[in-house]
Amino acid sequence: MCLAVPMQIMEIDQDNALCAVDGVRRNASLMMLDDAKVGDFVLIHAGFAIEKLDPREAEKTLEMFRAIAAQEQAEP
Amino acid sequence: MTQASAYRDPAVAAKLLARIRATAARAGRTITLMEVCGTHTMAIHEHGLRGLLPEKIRLVSGPGCPVCVTPVDYVDQALALCRLPGTIITTFGDMVRVPGSQTSLLEEKARGADIRIVYSALDAVNLARHTPERQLVFLGVGFETTAPTVAGAILQAQQAKLDNFSVLCAHKTMPTPMQTLSADPDLQVDGYLCPAHVSAIIGADAYTELTARYHVPCVVTGFEPLDILQGVDMLVTQIAAGIATVENQYRRYVKNAGNPRAQQLLARVFEPCDARWRGLGLIAGSGLRIRDAYSSFDADQRFRVTVAPTVEPAGCRCGEILKGKLGPRDCPLFGQSCTPATPVGACMVSSEGTCAAEYKYGV
Repeated sequence: MCLAVPMQIMEIDQDNALCAVDGVRRNASLMMLDDAKVGDFVLIHAGFAIEKLDPREAEKTLEMFRAIAAQEQAEP
Repeated sequence: MTQASAYRDPAVAAKLLARIRATAARAGRTITLMEVCGTHTMAIHEHGLRGLLPEKIRLVSGPGCPVCVTPVDYVDQALALCRLPGTIITTFGDMVRVPGSQTSLLEEKARGADIRIVYSALDAVNLARHTPERQLVFLGVGFETTAPTVAGAILQAQQAKLDNFSVLCAHKTMPTPMQTLSADPDLQVDGYLCPAHVSAIIGADAYTELTARYHVPCVVTGFEPLDILQGVDMLVTQIAAGIATVENQYRRYVKNAGNPRAQQLLARVFEPCDARWRGLGLIAGSGLRIRDAYSSFDADQRFRVTVAPTVEPAGCRCGEILKGKLGPRDCPLFGQSCTPATPVGACMVSSEGTCAAEYKYGV
């Protein structure tokens, strides 16, 4: 039930954002966010943007995955 | 590589699994990890992660599906409301199939009751705006991810001076039930995969007390396969080292303090209350009720309907399944009288329920 979908903000009209992912477009309320901008990725749950993607943290996680992939296979 | 596929790379999954296997072997015992989110339950099944993990790691599902833990008398109350003349019940789709004592909202809809599935509580407010002659009741079910959206809808209805919109509130909160589970001496949970989107609202720090009091590791974990494997890796690493702390695997969306604006919305409209959880019983301070200042939007205050006390269906083991004590296949009703088409117990009702997931994906 707590499903949320990452979408990108395309347009902002006051507290309302038009968001898109893979060709799907939806309106979402920005009531829960302070400083959302066009181009931001946000988590959409039940018609609300509940949080903004932190791109630096996302990059850190992906960097960690790349480092894991590059590791020699560790044996117990 | 697209954003999503970067979190699904099989080569990284293989390396993470090898690490998990090595660490689990070092721990040298069976490790039970509980996921406390129905979306995790579904993702774990969908990606076949249970079968990939070493046998010594047990993944069990906790009370992470809000529909499943909603007591039957709440459904009965919604059913009583839908029979009031001129009422429209609006709800998320999961609730309509939940059996009440006699019938379900879906059956009542087939008999002519006006029950509408909405995507957002704001859709219900809009409907109220456009049908001033009807009373709109929204079924407010869900954890901290969903409750602020309902708070936002109530504030919007107040701003629009609507007198035909109200919420039948059964919102529940984390992590109190996790404390209840960890306090149960019969139950051995070695670590929690914490609900990610609940955590986006309440913050990773919300689990500090649970970790400190019960010495149980908590990792806030995302929903992609690599997120989940990394979350398991972080938990198993803590367990093997004998430490218990809160870690946040899902930093790209979850902050330690959570989302302050969502928390303000919650605090403005709701206040904590004791709540009954199907399967777990009454847990102090684990629910939300609508504050008196907003009582005109509280369907429980606006419409006085009475419902008889309810009993759980005979033979149903949902209580033990919601605590992770039993698996779905330990229940004599599973797949027999209790199926997704004719659910008996809470865990089969919602598509995210433990039994529904096992029925859909189980082999």
